Amino acid sequence: MNKPATPNSFRTGPDEQGMFGIFGGRFVAETLMPLILDLEKNWNEVRDDPDFRAELTDLSTHYAGRPSKLYFAEGLTKHLRDVSSAKGLGGGAKVYFKREDLNHTGSHKINNCLGQILLAKRMGKKRIIAETGAGQHGVASATVAARFGFPCVVYMGATDVARQSPNVFRMKLLGAEVRPVTSGHGTLKDAMNEALRDWVTNVEDTYYLIGTAAGPHPYPELVRDFQSVIGTEARAQILEQEGRLPDTIIAAVGGGSNAIGMFHPFLDDRQVRIIGIEAGGRGLDGIEHCASMNAGSPGVLHGNRTYLLQNADGQIMDGHSISAGLDYPGVGPEHSWLRDSGRVEYVPVLDDEALEAFKLTTRVEGIIPALESAHAIAHAVKIVPAMDKDQIVIVNLSGRGDKDVHTVASMLGMEI
Amino acid sequence: MTTRIDRRMAKLKAEGRPALVTYFMGGDPDYETSLSIMKALPRAGADVIEMGMPFSDPMADGPAIQAAGLRALKGGQTLVKTLELASDFRAGDDETPIVLMGYYNPIYIYGVDRFLVDAKKSGIDGLIVVDLPPEMDEELCIPALKAGINFIRLATPTTDDKRLPKVLQNTSGFVYYVSMTGITGAALADTGKVASAVKRIKGHTELPVCVGFGVKTAEQARVIGANADGVVVGTAIVNAVANVLGPKGEKTADPAEAVATLVSGLAQGVRSARLAAAE
Repeated sequence: MNKPATPNSFRTGPDEQGMFGIFGGRFVAETLMPLILDLEKNWNEVRDDPDFRAELTDLSTHYAGRPSKLYFAEGLTKHLRDVSSAKGLGGGAKVYFKREDLNHTGSHKINNCLGQILLAKRMGKKRIIAETGAGQHGVASATVAARFGFPCVVYMGATDVARQSPNVFRMKLLGAEVRPVTSGHGTLKDAMNEALRDWVTNVEDTYYLIGTAAGPHPYPELVRDFQSVIGTEARAQILEQEGRLPDTIIAAVGGGSNAIGMFHPFLDDRQVRIIGIEAGGRGLDGIEHCASMNAGSPGVLHGNRTYLLQNADGQIMDGHSISAGLDYPGVGPEHSWLRDSGRVEYVPVLDDEALEAFKLTTRVEGIIPALESAHAIAHAVKIVPAMDKDQIVIVNLSGRGDKDVHTVASMLGMEI
Repeated sequence: MTTRIDRRMAKLKAEGRPALVTYFMGGDPDYETSLSIMKALPRAGADVIEMGMPFSDPMADGPAIQAAGLRALKGGQTLVKTLELASDFRAGDDETPIVLMGYYNPIYIYGVDRFLVDAKKSGIDGLIVVDLPPEMDEELCIPALKAGINFIRLATPTTDDKRLPKVLQNTSGFVYYVSMTGITGAALADTGKVASAVKRIKGHTELPVCVGFGVKTAEQARVIGANADGVVVGTAIVNAVANVLGPKGEKTADPAEAVATLVSGLAQGVRSARLAAAE
């Protein structure tokens, strides 16, 4: 594939057709076209509307707890400096965490859900559907549905229902109906298929609250804009706390909503190195991973063209990750474009490495990170010791890990 | 340019009856069986054949067609083999139109230009690609038309009068009216509403309008066929195959015969359609 020419700005996409270069688009059934055109129209009306923005800001502040803190992870920094010294390097950058785990519902997902529920309300919709992997988006959707009085149906792969039982229970408490999906491997991909089938059936009154920066245009753009609060805050916070921009920012990429939210405000700061972490699962040699941008190829799924895990016949593969939130064989289209344009590096982190980072962070920081976020921390653990002491790394701590304790316990051979 | 579809539709119009358009899944449950099913379709009275191209993630399909696609993939079906099926069928039948129906990704991965050359060579007359709305016409629709292959578009209850011209713009062969909002195989919508929708679409185009999604019985085929130029039956045929497969996929009866029995009845339905309407 030809590498696209470097644009003047990396922040102008998508174009009017919803394309980021060759990625993105609107690959949906005709039944859904009028709906996504209507969504786009409404989104364009409200995105710069001061009233809409004011309502969202008020909820973000008083309901979700924004701004989230930018925390100097002193314990992890010290640990990695010790590692650096032991290697005779004598370095180790300062590590900061963007604390999305402190948000209401425990992850970055609430940012997008608050924005979209206000949009659904304005559009006069009566019912919310959502797909979820780890259950973080399902919980955030069920939460805003409860807050605004919408009935809510969450589609969740049967495998994920089993491995994320605390979140399933939370959704039910919040009044949502959780529908387990048994097709495929019973993970996020299958949940998304089923949510699309629901939407194509219930077109009149239903709002599809997509949880990641993927799907047909305008979802990738809309979700990115709601999540960009992460990077916008982090950028201002690091300038205030350190007086300068970071050297490197790192975030985990499943569909990629926390990552694009973190990255987008930094894209035109060319001196900032940006790294997205894919789920390397049990290694990229086989098929037990979800590293679509490292081991996949461009294809069309779920309304957009993007990097996918697929076979030579164009059939989508079921990936694997220890982390349900990263267990998706595709990625948001803007990430695919950022990959091909070279602005963002995407690297895999293995299940075991994420697990080690999970344990390390818990021990030296007293923070239990989500397994998704642990992937990003694991990469920081790899690169920070070789960096200089006056350098700065920000890791997006996208969610808290309470939901993962059962998975981690079983990985460690413990019963709880 | 006229295709087998154009010629067949013109012939049926002259006869004064609607077309029976039959969908089956290519490669379900295996190559040889599905070839025998395909050959049985015109013999039992089908006028147009729609062959499903299996896809791992059929977002617009209900459980029956999802399962059929997975059976086919498990049986080793690929897009290459689906085109082979068409070639093998064409060796014995050069008249019955074949329309491929499915999703874009396998075609995109095969390569659009190469696919169109090979599809034409295999005797394919038309394409229905569910996830390519008119907004994405440059991807496949325009190249297909240039290659002499009809691109058949779905119109749905959500396609209003304002949008209809856009949907019809590059459509050829026939227009496929989806009788309801939903996935394949759900219950048939109110037939009165379907009739008025067909009338609405015919106000915008000279093309034949075929109606599908939810038609399962000869009686439904007759009622729908009274107002439409064609009736599409898919899930019922796919179910006829599934019904003669045991829990391990073993055949408990001849799938081709099961399909032929069903299609003969449906063919009676469409053949009595206009007589009924005239009464």
